[in-house]
Amino acid sequence: MHSALNKNGDIVVPRESSLVWHDIPDEEFEKLDQSAKQSEVVLRKSKSYWQDAWSRFRKDPLAMAGLVVIVVITLAAIFGPIFSSYSYEDQNIANQNQSPSLEHWFGTDKFGRDIFVRTLYGARISLTIGFVAAGINLVIGVIYGGISGYFGGKIDMIMMRFVDILYGVPDLLYIILLMMFLGNTLESILIALSLTYWIGTARMVRSQVITLKFQEYTLAAKAIGSSNLRILFKHLIPNSMGPIIVTVTFLVPSAIFSEAFLSFLGIGIQVPMASWGTLVNDAIPSLFTQPYQMLFPAIAISITMFALNFIGDGLRDALDPRLKK
Amino acid sequence: MVGYIVKRFFASLLTMFVLITITFFLMHSIPGGPFSPAEERKVPASVLQKMEEKFGLHEPLHVQYVNYLKNLLQGDLGFSFKQLDVSVNELIAQGFPISAKVGLIAIGLALLIGILLGIVSAIKRGKWADWTAMIFATIGISIPNFVLTVLLMFFFCVMFKLLPTYGLTSWKHYILPVIGLSFGPIAYIARLMRSSMLEVMRQDFILTARAKGVPEYRVIFKHALKNAIIPIVTYLGPLVAAMLTGSFIVERVFSIPGIGRDFVSGIGDRDYSVILGLTVFFGVFIIVMNFIVDILYAIIDKRVKIEE
Amino acid sequence: MHLLQVQNLRTTFRIDAGQVQAVRGISFYVKKGESLGIVGESGSGKSVSMLSIMKLLPQNAELQADHVQFNGQDLNQIDQKEMRKMLGSEIGMIFQDPMSSLNPLLTIGDQIVEPIRIHQKISKEAARKKAIDILRIVEIPSPEKRLKQYPHEFSGGMRQRVMIAIAISCNPKLLIADEPTTALDVTIQAQILDLMHDLKNKMQTSIVMITHDLGVIANMCNRVLVMYGGTIVEEGTIREIFYQPKHPYTWGLIKSIPTVSTGKREKLIPIPGSPPDLIAPPKGCPFTARCEYAMKICEKIPPQQITLSETHRAACWLMHPKASGVAKEVTV
Repeated sequence: MHSALNKNGDIVVPRESSLVWHDIPDEEFEKLDQSAKQSEVVLRKSKSYWQDAWSRFRKDPLAMAGLVVIVVITLAAIFGPIFSSYSYEDQNIANQNQSPSLEHWFGTDKFGRDIFVRTLYGARISLTIGFVAAGINLVIGVIYGGISGYFGGKIDMIMMRFVDILYGVPDLLYIILLMMFLGNTLESILIALSLTYWIGTARMVRSQVITLKFQEYTLAAKAIGSSNLRILFKHLIPNSMGPIIVTVTFLVPSAIFSEAFLSFLGIGIQVPMASWGTLVNDAIPSLFTQPYQMLFPAIAISITMFALNFIGDGLRDALDPRLKK
Repeated sequence: MVGYIVKRFFASLLTMFVLITITFFLMHSIPGGPFSPAEERKVPASVLQKMEEKFGLHEPLHVQYVNYLKNLLQGDLGFSFKQLDVSVNELIAQGFPISAKVGLIAIGLALLIGILLGIVSAIKRGKWADWTAMIFATIGISIPNFVLTVLLMFFFCVMFKLLPTYGLTSWKHYILPVIGLSFGPIAYIARLMRSSMLEVMRQDFILTARAKGVPEYRVIFKHALKNAIIPIVTYLGPLVAAMLTGSFIVERVFSIPGIGRDFVSGIGDRDYSVILGLTVFFGVFIIVMNFIVDILYAIIDKRVKIEE
Repeated sequence: MHLLQVQNLRTTFRIDAGQVQAVRGISFYVKKGESLGIVGESGSGKSVSMLSIMKLLPQNAELQADHVQFNGQDLNQIDQKEMRKMLGSEIGMIFQDPMSSLNPLLTIGDQIVEPIRIHQKISKEAARKKAIDILRIVEIPSPEKRLKQYPHEFSGGMRQRVMIAIAISCNPKLLIADEPTTALDVTIQAQILDLMHDLKNKMQTSIVMITHDLGVIANMCNRVLVMYGGTIVEEGTIREIFYQPKHPYTWGLIKSIPTVSTGKREKLIPIPGSPPDLIAPPKGCPFTARCEYAMKICEKIPPQQITLSETHRAACWLMHPKASGVAKEVTV
């Protein structure tokens, strides 16, 4: 009679074979040690929320491509102008309206300024505005929305009524008015964007905080006597970080767009400084004769917006557990 | 329901009031602007006198504000500073019908194509149709409208010389401005519709419909679509706003004599009274639109709990 | 021949983390006119197995079966579109949560009339009359008025009555009820169960009742399947399951029924531990980790189904002759 054990020590039982059914060794019917049993429960490696999100983000080719593009553009914006022999404001009438060449990669404008360098400077301005405005709005939005949502009641009602009043009118209208009032500087743009953009973030943070504040860990924190602010900033805000990051990520391209829009209308960055919006605007009169003057800055802003939107989409998919299949 | 409408009505009035007030005081406190005290400006005395008469600039600011509100209540938005015989009301009377026509066509197109793309994308989730539609939608959201408009002009008017560059005299003139206005909203609506549709398709009542033996096309078009389209209604307000800000660009690039162009030239000329008047008009227009959309939303979605 | 016969059904879901083997080779049958209970905790595969048969699973699900036959028709041979024609007419289904199972934007009338019109091809007016009759059967007062109302105007219990009305509107041969009372208040639960009990007696429908509560099954069903970890661990008539249960999991389920009727203050005994991970299901018996009587063999080889009577089957190593030592310790 052959052994019912194979070389791994596993028992081989052909289905419905009554012969082997009776051949299982007696010791196999000894009771399992209950404590030993517990340890054999196989646990799949559990990942934290952020590890999980990052592994999903990494698998998204578009989002990763976007990230690479933004890193490259940022590095080019920081270091590019240093290695160029031209500056954004040097005028050279002898060199005006030159087509792209090895000398001037993107050509020159009607004042003979190098468009490549001006586009890189545009990147500096756009990226600065995008990230600084998003950062400021993150802070204002989180504090405003957090307080409104956490304290609720009258405070919430008054704070949200104020937000609702501002919310009814398009951002750009307020921003245009503020720019007329503040004048055309980089700082004014940042102020104007900061005064308007936080509204969306605040609403989102508020609704997150409201859903989280009745969860058990909040009640537990309250029970052990944590202060309100501590609960808000140690428990509620960190737990809403996913959606907050997604919202703020989308603020970056919006801010870049708003600046370019204002500059295009002539109330953004002023000459001789260059922004992508001004570069496209300045190129319109020569669209028929020197289209490249418009094309390069237009492509630059489009690629940047693409990359940022792909990153935002990727982050949203990675951070929103609802979409987890 | 009536209580809700009344509440929304007063909230809208309040928003209008705040907008008008902010705009008025911002425009009147711009340093060196035409509303600022006379000594700051270098304007011929005769012109100055005429302006002061017309605008009551010699009065204290709060009196001017009250007068402005009084005139507003009678529908009078004031006169242009640069062309003293042109009133903002006249600008609107001439320009608004033109802007509205282009805007309405663009809204229709955006809703039609956006919703269709969103549905196709949702029901073909993960297939090539979904991919194509969503890449197209990301393009639409990413490319700024002014870049798109200038690019459209470059390709269709400069390179291939297929379409006219300015004015609004034939149907051909409408093509590029309408595309320029609706491209971004199409993309936005398509994405919104797709996620809304996917969300609805996950709902229990879709399973119920399938379990009743309802054929899949009917599950999609009768049960899912009706529910999925509700978020689109909430986008109608922002959609009108997008048409408005879009018109600043499109009307300027294609020289369309609408109020968007008037507004942009007002900014260029620092014609503060035109900016003030048009901002108030735009603001009130959008607030009224939002109010209508809110009511519409409440009617369509009977589930909206009208309380608070 | 049975109304429904299923042989070796397996259903898996593809997710990011891997393949979830929700149903792992189950075989069962439903006789004409009988009501079959399927008990098990959430994730044991009871709902998924029924949805698999109805071809109502999401796209990331894959199913295989050696044989599925309903009313003489081989369901392996027909596609989803064909299946739809049988759903609502020959198979009716009642879901767990009446609050979310009705379309909020359609009137109750539209939702009841819809399957009647699709399957019976009768006029709008005739379908409406029929809908009114059905609402009467499920004991909804003033049905004419109620037809024009929307789901949000109904209470949870009333909505579940509407769901039942939809499910029975075309006199199905098989009625599947997926935890029809779980989402309801206790008093409403009893009313809905009474209604289903009445319907069962009035109509000649076979019923499959999915639940995690053996108590519900006791007064509704003829036979019971006990599912655990995607497999059927025991199967038998009500008498067999309640009076001669053979599987330790069934013992646990019986112990966890609160006995209100006896009036005795008995302690409610939950089954300790949590259900197995179905992405990497255990090699042996899925219940090993939570079983008081687990033996070495249980971890290594899945137990075979042992036939105890014409209707009673169970899969447990305790029934092996060599397990008598451990089996002696069993106290039920």
